[in-house]
Amino acid sequence: MTIAFNTDPQNARILSVGAYRPARSVPNSELVDRIESSDEWIQQRTGIESRRIADSDESLIDMATASSLQAISRAGLKPEDIDAVIFATISYPFQAPSAATELLTRLNNSTAAAFDISAACAGFCYAVALANDMVRSRNATNVLVVGAEKLSDFTDPDDRATAFIFADGAGSVVIGPSQDVGIGPTVWGANSETRDAIRLDPSYLEYKKNPGKADLGWPNINQQGQTVFRWAVYEIAPIALRALEAAGLTPETLDVFIPHQANDRIIDSLVKSMKLPDSVVVARDIRTSGNTSSASIPLAMDALLAERPDLHGKSALLVGFGAGLVYAGQVVELPPVPKNK
Amino acid sequence: MALTQDAVLAGIKEIVVEVAGIDAGIIAMDKKFTDDLDVDSLSMVEVVVAAEEKFGVKIPDEEVTKMATVGDAVNFIVNNS
Repeated sequence: MTIAFNTDPQNARILSVGAYRPARSVPNSELVDRIESSDEWIQQRTGIESRRIADSDESLIDMATASSLQAISRAGLKPEDIDAVIFATISYPFQAPSAATELLTRLNNSTAAAFDISAACAGFCYAVALANDMVRSRNATNVLVVGAEKLSDFTDPDDRATAFIFADGAGSVVIGPSQDVGIGPTVWGANSETRDAIRLDPSYLEYKKNPGKADLGWPNINQQGQTVFRWAVYEIAPIALRALEAAGLTPETLDVFIPHQANDRIIDSLVKSMKLPDSVVVARDIRTSGNTSSASIPLAMDALLAERPDLHGKSALLVGFGAGLVYAGQVVELPPVPKNK
Repeated sequence: MALTQDAVLAGIKEIVVEVAGIDAGIIAMDKKFTDDLDVDSLSMVEVVVAAEEKFGVKIPDEEVTKMATVGDAVNFIVNNS
């Protein structure tokens, strides 16, 4: 038996990026009373000045629809041109069906392949890797990759370790065929020994069995800050450098660095550990967006291109890392100037 | 060979000066990292990683949370080197 498969790969690239930020900007001063903290303390440890928080009637899919329609339009495409959707999220409030299929209904495209992935703050980079492979193998033509989170639904406003970190937002990219290689090899993996360092706790089953029990509340994000910081800085820097090397670049030839926007101090330490020269533009969207997990890299990409249109088409190293603990990094060519605004 | 307390203290001073940007003169065994030396929980991770490299010891996260003073860190490293 012979199974037919077109083994002639085609190149892929990011065709466009779109973003949606909730209208409401929440400064540190609105959070500090409940956690006995201060604006200065939060800024010193995270670099966060304010974050965007969605209204209670603004859903994860509302945000994802807005970022996706913008990305599709900027690619010069229509929703029906999308033949696959990969949705990276940890905050969709249904186990099934998927966020990706709810998004399809909003896009009036009922037939594209659609699925969610759970790789937390590395989710966007995992999805870029999958989309790249899907286009390269000709299993899909135009893949919509979405990183969207409504983390305010899963954050305890009284938790002194997390209340000021997590936020809401959505970012989308369209990945499609390209003449040249627009997405480099992905360096990815996990360190599951530190699986408990970031987790949504308790499980839904524990919650169901113990309704109203004071110390078993709604599943919220718990994080061991020092463990995560240590891993993020000292384990991720060499991984990011491996992704750079895999794409045939060096810190000196790289244009832009867009790490997951977890904490400005982590970004500072990564830049230092990787010995990135001053010529590399570093995304710092964390300061006014907070940590939006899977949405943070496309949001930061969009913000950077809005501020610096000269960076369209330049090389960017993306690296995501988070709960699992999991990581993924790859070099991409930033999308070209949008076909539509 | 076990490290001496003086040698470890000197090494820790160098690291804290580099991480926190403070004067070496104020660093002593009884000083608290957070309250006296402007080393917060995240800077402490940087201190610990640098100390691990410098002295060839492994300092687990659960030990880091117990290290309130410079002396706590110095003694752990001396006892585990």
